[in-house]
Amino acid sequence: MIKYMWAAYIVTWLVHLGYLGFLTSKASKIRKEAEELRRN
Amino acid sequence: MKLKLTFFALVTLGLLSYALYMALVVAPTEATMGDVQRIFYYHVPSAWMAFLCFFINAIASIWYLAKRSQTADAIAVSAAEVGVVFCTIVLLTGPIWARPVWGIWWTWDARLTSTLVLWLIYIAYLILRRFSTSGRAPVLAATLAVFGFFDVPFVYLSIRIFRTQHPQPVIAGGEGSGLDPTMAKAFLWNMIAFTFYGLLVMWMRYRLELAERSIEEAHAEKALQEGA
Amino acid sequence: MKAPGTFAVSRSTLAKDLRLEWRSKDAINSMLFFALLVVVVFSFAFDPTAEESRKIAGGLVWVAVLFAAVVALNQTWARELRNNVLDAYRVSPAPANAMFLSKVIGSFIFVTILEVLMTPLFVMFYNLRSIGPLWELAIVGLLATWALVVNGTFFAAMSIRTRSREIMLPLILFPISIPAILAMVWATTQILTGEYSPWFWIQLLAVYDVVFTTVCLVLFEIVLNAE
Repeated sequence: MIKYMWAAYIVTWLVHLGYLGFLTSKASKIRKEAEELRRN
Repeated sequence: MKLKLTFFALVTLGLLSYALYMALVVAPTEATMGDVQRIFYYHVPSAWMAFLCFFINAIASIWYLAKRSQTADAIAVSAAEVGVVFCTIVLLTGPIWARPVWGIWWTWDARLTSTLVLWLIYIAYLILRRFSTSGRAPVLAATLAVFGFFDVPFVYLSIRIFRTQHPQPVIAGGEGSGLDPTMAKAFLWNMIAFTFYGLLVMWMRYRLELAERSIEEAHAEKALQEGA
Repeated sequence: MKAPGTFAVSRSTLAKDLRLEWRSKDAINSMLFFALLVVVVFSFAFDPTAEESRKIAGGLVWVAVLFAAVVALNQTWARELRNNVLDAYRVSPAPANAMFLSKVIGSFIFVTILEVLMTPLFVMFYNLRSIGPLWELAIVGLLATWALVVNGTFFAAMSIRTRSREIMLPLILFPISIPAILAMVWATTQILTGEYSPWFWIQLLAVYDVVFTTVCLVLFEIVLNAE
């Protein structure tokens, strides 16, 4: 029964971490593009 | 700005950790449901944040349609994305909680259905933004947000009335009814912590959006110069 | 040059659309065939008794109409897009809402014709006999069709220059239409089964129609000019 509680808490943080990961990859893509622009 | 963000992030981390401790350790075990009830400390704040984010998006969208402000649009898309994140969590943790407690994964009651419809509308919002040309996307998305803003009260009302005619076998009763004071404290800390967290992530997404736009502008300027 | 009035423009645009459609019968034929397919497939899926069929027919009918309406709505602006009519319209002094209204009324006529043609099929396949009065069903039909068509025409205009435009329309239309779909299905079911009064749902549909027609009229010009 308590498995459900852990499942809910873990799912919550998985989703949040997933979104943070998405933001991180977006940020590094932007940083790379800014570097290229600065170089040219 | 970066310093303020880092400070805010640290505060948020502290709040989330303390709130987690309150939810899992300090709060007493509920009499009838047992430890499963602790999902409440995550499920309800997530719902609150989802609605807050979507509300911010609605205001920002109307602001954008009125003034065509780029700030308004950046806020709108940030709020929409973070809102979908929280709404997804609500729709996942809800059934996980309902299954052991009431034996069912889902029921078509007013609250759940409205949440699902909101989620669907904002997924459509995000897809619309992605599939439109960059010039039109903000206007079209803002228009959709306005439709959603008018639509959700209808959804909630129609199902509430339906359920008075066709009552459910299960009462999805008020979680807030008769809350023990320690439980109330744990609940409040999680509300505060997730509000901070939601605002933090929205802020981060907003900064990314502005950065992306300045990159696009830089590209456009370069193309203009090279063409000249 | 004085700007033509909304009513005059609507009427002439509507007349043109109806004339073009009458000559080609594109929209009506594809809608009708699609609806027929849906009805037949659902027939195989369920084999209801007379009692059961009264309970489920409401939902089935409106799902079939919804899918068929999307087929029609996807085509609403296609002709205009092909012939650059929208650009010309944007430059002309004619009021944007006039074109919007004529499109909505045109689609409304097509979908209503579809419903009238589909009803005998449904009655036949499901051995349907309504307990409630038919004129109440007619009112539900009119209000429900307007609800689908007014939002559908607006979202079709929004989708025309997006990628995957055929999918974009139902993606946006279905969630927004959920309260209207609930109301039309429950009103229809309650009339067919005679168990409850459908009037709350009919009123909800009417209010939904008024609210969203207003929202569409207010926002259409913005969408038309969003380039």
